[in-house]
Amino acid sequence: MKPLLKIEDLKMHFPVKGGVFLRAMGACKAVDGVSLTVNEGETVGLVGESGCGKSTLAKATARLLDPTAGRIEFEGTDITHLRRRELNPVRREMQMIFQDPAESLNPRHSVRDIVEEPLVIQKRGSRAERGKRVAELLEKVGLSESAGNRYPFEFSGGQRQRIGIARALALNPKLILCDEPVSALDVSVQSQVLNLLMELQEDFGLAYLFIAHDLAVVKHVSDRVAIMYLGKIVELAGADEIYENPKHAYTKALISAIPVADPSLDRDRRLLEGDVPSPIDPPQGCAFGHRMGHPKWEASVGMDLALREVSPGHWVQPCPCCTDES
Amino acid sequence: MSEDSRQLLEVTDLSSSFDTEAGELVAVDDVDFKVDRGRTLGIVGESGCGKSVSALSLIRLLPQPMGKVRSGEVWFDGRDLQKVDRDEMHEIRGNDISMIFQEPMTALNPVHTIGRQLTEAIHLHQDVSPEEALEQAIEMLKRVRIPAPEIRVGEYPHQLSGGMRQRVMIAMALINRPKLLIADEPTTALDVTVQAQILALIDELQQEMGMAVILITHDLGVIAENCDDVVVMYGGRVVEWTSTRELFANPLHAYTKGLLRSIPRLDRERKTKLPTIPGNVPSLQEMPSGCRFSTRSEVEHDDESIRTRPDFKEVSPGHWVETCPYCYEG
Ligand SMILES: Nc1ncnc2c1ncn2[C@@H]1O[C@H](COP(=O)(O)OP(=O)(O)OP(=O)(O)O)[C@@H](O)[C@H]1O
Ligand SMILES: Nc1ncnc2c1ncn2[C@@H]1O[C@H](COP(=O)(O)OP(=O)(O)OP(=O)(O)O)[C@@H](O)[C@H]1O
Ligand SMILES: [Mg+2]
Ligand SMILES: [Mg+2]
Repeated sequence: MKPLLKIEDLKMHFPVKGGVFLRAMGACKAVDGVSLTVNEGETVGLVGESGCGKSTLAKATARLLDPTAGRIEFEGTDITHLRRRELNPVRREMQMIFQDPAESLNPRHSVRDIVEEPLVIQKRGSRAERGKRVAELLEKVGLSESAGNRYPFEFSGGQRQRIGIARALALNPKLILCDEPVSALDVSVQSQVLNLLMELQEDFGLAYLFIAHDLAVVKHVSDRVAIMYLGKIVELAGADEIYENPKHAYTKALISAIPVADPSLDRDRRLLEGDVPSPIDPPQGCAFGHRMGHPKWEASVGMDLALREVSPGHWVQPCPCCTDES
Repeated sequence: MSEDSRQLLEVTDLSSSFDTEAGELVAVDDVDFKVDRGRTLGIVGESGCGKSVSALSLIRLLPQPMGKVRSGEVWFDGRDLQKVDRDEMHEIRGNDISMIFQEPMTALNPVHTIGRQLTEAIHLHQDVSPEEALEQAIEMLKRVRIPAPEIRVGEYPHQLSGGMRQRVMIAMALINRPKLLIADEPTTALDVTVQAQILALIDELQQEMGMAVILITHDLGVIAENCDDVVVMYGGRVVEWTSTRELFANPLHAYTKGLLRSIPRLDRERKTKLPTIPGNVPSLQEMPSGCRFSTRSEVEHDDESIRTRPDFKEVSPGHWVETCPYCYEG
């Protein structure tokens, strides 16, 4: 397995101005020391609490943000500090599907122009060839060719998300950072899109960093799954392994909160207690243990919480409060 | 009479369309449903089938000038919302009906802080001091599990994560304690633990004040766990409508069956081909006037069924289905 993307100890901190007077109040440590590798042709699932830094990690990796610290290597090249122009060849091979289509699709451009744009920027093919490619892409994501003449606002939420997917596929990249690519789709279209992504992987060896909240979807498409909590990865393992044998308390909480499509089950859901922690002024030590008020949390303060391999390929944060592995 | 006082919303024959370059496109075609006080109605259906447009039509927020309600009645708490004047509608939207929009960024104002947007909503409907409003705003953000709400009120939407934006909208929708909450994919950007908390909060408010909820979602697990009844839509029409238990135990329409088969499952072998409903939904221009599922169905339809709209019938008590002979075995 050849590493395609190597993220090392990546940090992305945002300055925080707050209160009524917009004073500088410190930093929002959205991503706070993440290391993760995506191999060629591999899918790594990324799951975590809302606001834990998944989109920020993806945007920093795509260099839409300038990381605060750490290193990003893509195809053996350090891209952490490349400038806009130098990033052009990287963009050809690394694309992103954005979480909120409203944020990423230019409302004044027709769908055809949006999907064609990466081809134009990278000077691919003649006009006619590009037109053919756009039609093909639209069909692949389940939109009719006539959709090309229309504008993003004329589409439903799920249709808009598919426009973003078509655009990301346009250049046949090697890696796609998928930020909630299917969450706005009904289960059948979702399965169609997932089948398409898996097919492209099979045929062209595409790799994905796949961010999603639907744990069944993540399990299905991923080779490995990383669980993130408050700016850090707390567990990383093979996709079957992590569901069958979760080690970290947050991973366990996630798995037990999966809604089940069976109304005859009367499940009494135990909700997570405690206040969701904030990346602005995060707690010391293990953030999840702190939140749950775990009696052994204090012992995690000052500990080295770097992931530890507890069985081949299964990595977990070794804190006394959330795992039995310390 | 007791039936009537329980009922909060009744939608009959609602149709909506858009004026586009390709002509008038009918996105919602004679849709019917009801919601009782304190109850939750789920709406599911293929992407693009008209769920959001139905919801926006109810509260008269279709994009202008392209969108319009062509016909239908929307009885809410004794009034026909299609007939009330604009001011009255505006008031109903603020006080009695709230909507959580599918895409937070289209609904939040990017140039105003979260705090300002929330307190504006409060001031519109309550006579309170600015400090009191800010306090309420922070309290509500806390209830939707936004961490460090005192700081977040000073931030702008682009500074929040996708799920935080969604929760800000949920807070805005709940802050005036509406009688009806329309939630369009309210939890898509939330992890399952926060999702469970938000759904529990909505449930709590339902118990507390008898709020009714229309929950639009693709997550059939969320439907199963939170809805009393379900409407299944396809191609702008309702194809099935019954209680949640009945729908999962005894789905009758071919589309519903296909949908239930496509639910993602944890026990499937990884990286295998997932079951889907073959083909794509035709665009609105190409929609057949008869059975709309005919272009997708495994069973070939005759001309008559493709041309003539099948009846929507109550085939057993409380179980309604569109009775195309090829999609429903009566
Ligand atoms: N402004 C518009 N102009 C033209 N057509 C529109 C407009 N808005 C929506 N439509 C069309 O109306 C249909 C219904 O859209 P709607 O947003 O209700 O779908 P939906 O069921 O909510 O789908 P999703 O699950 O993807 O959100 C779609 O075919 C869409 O393309
Ligand atoms: N441009 C920005 N400026 C300031 N803070 C930001 C910015 N973008 C993100 N943040 C903050 O970084 C943190 C992580 O946000 P991010 O969007 O990465 O979360 P996420 O894991 O993708 O969450 P979700 O599942 O809700 O989409 C949040 O606290 C957010 O407020
Ligand atoms: Mg995100
Ligand atoms: Mg919608």
